[in-house]
Amino acid sequence: MRITLWGTRGSVARAGMDTVRYGGDTSVVEVEATDGTRLILDGGSGMMRVTPGLGSFCERIDVLLTHLHMDHIQGLGFFYPLRDPNIQTHIYGPVSTTMSLEDRLARYLSPPLFPVRLRDLQAMHLHPVGPGAFNVGPFTVFADLVGHPGPTLGYRIEENGSAMAYLPDHEVALGHPVFPADPKWTSGFDLVKDVDLLIHDAQYTEEEYAGRVGWGHSTLRQAVAFAGQAGVKTLVTFHHDPEHTDEMLDEQLQKALAEDLPLELVPGRAGSAFEI
Amino acid sequence: MAQQPIELILLHQWASYMAIPIGVLDVEGNLVYYNEPAEAIVGERFDDVGEINASQFAELGEITDIDDIPIGEKELPVVIALTEQRLAHRDLKFRGLDGQFHSMAVLAFPVIGQGGRLLGAVTIWEPDSE
Repeated sequence: MRITLWGTRGSVARAGMDTVRYGGDTSVVEVEATDGTRLILDGGSGMMRVTPGLGSFCERIDVLLTHLHMDHIQGLGFFYPLRDPNIQTHIYGPVSTTMSLEDRLARYLSPPLFPVRLRDLQAMHLHPVGPGAFNVGPFTVFADLVGHPGPTLGYRIEENGSAMAYLPDHEVALGHPVFPADPKWTSGFDLVKDVDLLIHDAQYTEEEYAGRVGWGHSTLRQAVAFAGQAGVKTLVTFHHDPEHTDEMLDEQLQKALAEDLPLELVPGRAGSAFEI
Repeated sequence: MAQQPIELILLHQWASYMAIPIGVLDVEGNLVYYNEPAEAIVGERFDDVGEINASQFAELGEITDIDDIPIGEKELPVVIALTEQRLAHRDLKFRGLDGQFHSMAVLAFPVIGQGGRLLGAVTIWEPDSE
């Protein structure tokens, strides 16, 4: 399984000289199986960087959305397979009690927010997803709802004996006076247990989190504690705060790496690729 | 030990911050958490007892109405919440693990998550102040 980060920024895209190394595009990750089957995780502004690699042979693409906050869907309108009738695009997203996935996506993909309507996009198939497992080609995908405002999924993806998990927006320590807590009462624990690679929210510093409890995100320290408790081999930091420059992110990482960690800690930088 | 669904995790966290007695049950009817204010009614600290499974809970002690007439299991608010998936309320007396009777009003509601999944129930107890 090959995993490539195309968009690593959280909340809003942040282009500039001071975000070049970690990247300014919002959440998009590409996962490629050994047989070439591809999954795209989330549809942030990094979608623009995915499409050149798809090539003219692509007949089907599967996009797994964790949730429908704007930074995770804003690239969908510019994803060329959605305008190509020869490519089947399957989009998976969280179920909601009150509205269909189509209606919820159409809130963005319709005027006045976007000039093209969702119903006018070609060969698109929508799949509402709740907790459970499903298959896409050689991948087995496990989905579960995780701690973040509004219905939000985390994904565990297994293929050919390898496992990765993707929880880009996840407030894992919400309500726990002491963290890590009992795994039974820890959001997302079953998804990430013993995975080879975890891509996880590390948006805030400890100081920032103190004033942003309930906003749906984690600190680097919380992400490390969570991953360590769950037996994760490699943790990739993700969903970087738009106010954090490359220099600030380097500093946070160095501080974390100075401690005795139970896992490999890797900075989530746009363009980085991992083989598991 | 499997992880609880996020809806129960959030309810567990909410209950742990509340100053009124609250219990959280999973879909099997196991009392998977009760908060500190509820410990005075159950008669034991949650940290000492841990989860109480559904069969143990039924054997815990007497549950009667306010006239001391035993209440059938199917008439209990938490059982109604879980089996009929609706809110239920009743005044009753409960004898805790410490042998003491507590008169209280009991409210229970089902926890139905995204996709209409029944995940458990929450019960809130209001001890009689008299």
